Amino acid sequence: MSRSCDSCSTPAVVHETIVTDGVKTEVHLCAAHAQQRGYILPTATGPALVVGKLLAHAQVHASAPRVVKSCPTCATTMASVRESGLVGCPDCYRQFEEELGAVISRAQAGASVHVGRHPTHAANLVDRAAMRNKLASELREAIAREEYMRAAKIRDRMIALNEGEPATESGTSS
Amino acid sequence: MNGASDHPHDDAPEDPARMPAILGLDGGEAPCLDCVLSSRIRLARNLVGFAFVNRASPQQLSDVVHRVQSTKLSGPFESGVRWVNVQATTAADRLLLFERNLISKPFVEALHPRCVAMSTDETSSVMVNEEDHLRMQMLAPGLQLQPLAERMFALDTSLERGLEFAFHPRFGYLTACPTNVGTGIRVSAMLHLPALHMLEELEKVQRSAKELNLAVRGFHGEGTDALGDFFQVSNQTTLGRSEHDLVEEFTEQIVPRFIEYERASRRALVERDVASLDDRVYRALGILRSSRLLALDESIKFLSRVRLGVALGRIRDIPLTLIDRLLTEVQPAHLSRATGCELGNGRDDRVQRAEAVRGALR
Repeated sequence: MSRSCDSCSTPAVVHETIVTDGVKTEVHLCAAHAQQRGYILPTATGPALVVGKLLAHAQVHASAPRVVKSCPTCATTMASVRESGLVGCPDCYRQFEEELGAVISRAQAGASVHVGRHPTHAANLVDRAAMRNKLASELREAIAREEYMRAAKIRDRMIALNEGEPATESGTSS
Repeated sequence: MNGASDHPHDDAPEDPARMPAILGLDGGEAPCLDCVLSSRIRLARNLVGFAFVNRASPQQLSDVVHRVQSTKLSGPFESGVRWVNVQATTAADRLLLFERNLISKPFVEALHPRCVAMSTDETSSVMVNEEDHLRMQMLAPGLQLQPLAERMFALDTSLERGLEFAFHPRFGYLTACPTNVGTGIRVSAMLHLPALHMLEELEKVQRSAKELNLAVRGFHGEGTDALGDFFQVSNQTTLGRSEHDLVEEFTEQIVPRFIEYERASRRALVERDVASLDDRVYRALGILRSSRLLALDESIKFLSRVRLGVALGRIRDIPLTLIDRLLTEVQPAHLSRATGCELGNGRDDRVQRAEAVRGALR
């Protein structure tokens, strides 16, 4: 069954599954919205071959048509990060959060979240990240205990947090 | 030095002769100097709104240089800061800064716009456009990681008033190499482990370091060889632990463990066969005091043995600080500066090195 785009009613051509802290999110985008978010779509001509090669390295799992995501700021791809060992710009970390998260966790003896100093301008972000981690941990616990009603509430809190609601602790405990 | 200036916006070349003759580390009463040559803290930071150095255009890199140069540097830089436009310096000057541990090997060899700020006592430097936009480092003799860390965090905080650092709530401070994200801190100690070497225990040390998730590097840090029983140990991981916890662990557990191991080996050498130990130490001193041709690696090797003799009180007329100063002064660029002979072109500097060492240990 063909899915429609998350942002409009056009049929989606990009399908991606993102797992954040054990929570699975699906992304379905039409060509126009995919390009807006930095996905490079293959064309019928030469570049498609290049894209295919890159995909082989990037190990991106997506249903056809296959795509290579690039950083909208500096055009870096995960393939080039793997080749050089270097990231292109700070925005790459947002664009490739999951891919880089796996690389970083392996290099950092399993650690995946920053602890320590932070710039003053990032204080609110740090609070949100701490709350996100706490909710993710509670979600894993709720799922393990088969407390699905509680898990659904926690998931709603996580979605609200991602959409910009304040990082409060209310309504997460069972 | 070409391209050096005390004023951020003045690019007038500086006279090379104004550079101090030795590294500004006065190790006289430094803690654990017998086994720890120096302590170092390094922080990596990048600016918001700029591509990382590997991806930035020359114009962007020049903009980063100007942005950092127009920001006030606090702490050790308050009593005077010297900016060096590294791109405009000679290879000999770049090597000189490297030998003083003020810049890294990749920074010596790069071709893009970059500069370094040095405190006048040469214990602190800020490399602009190394692998990251800012690589700040502070050095101190002996084991002094805690005070270094406090000074470093004060510098970081003051810089943050003028510069916006790239930060991600999950990954922490963002760096060009994804394996440096988080705190972006590198805590290291340059250890002197001659007794462990003599007792053939270095392999155990390496294994122990690996178990503790530490990197073991050579005389000038990353990408350099171990010379004369000097080994730099530093943290490999930068994510998931606070800077304070890491510095505390290095100060109270990790480095003391190596020190205790080395000291126990030194005691064993004295107890087992002091005559043999004295022979090795005094033969090394004899060679340094009388040789006419002295290669770099052998000078470091014999200085290392003499350092052991001084630390154990077997040699009493030479201060440890003189040996540590010589460890820097026998390096090629320092020798070239001191003797006025040009570096490179296959020039044999063994005669000058032997003369310099004989003169210092007379």
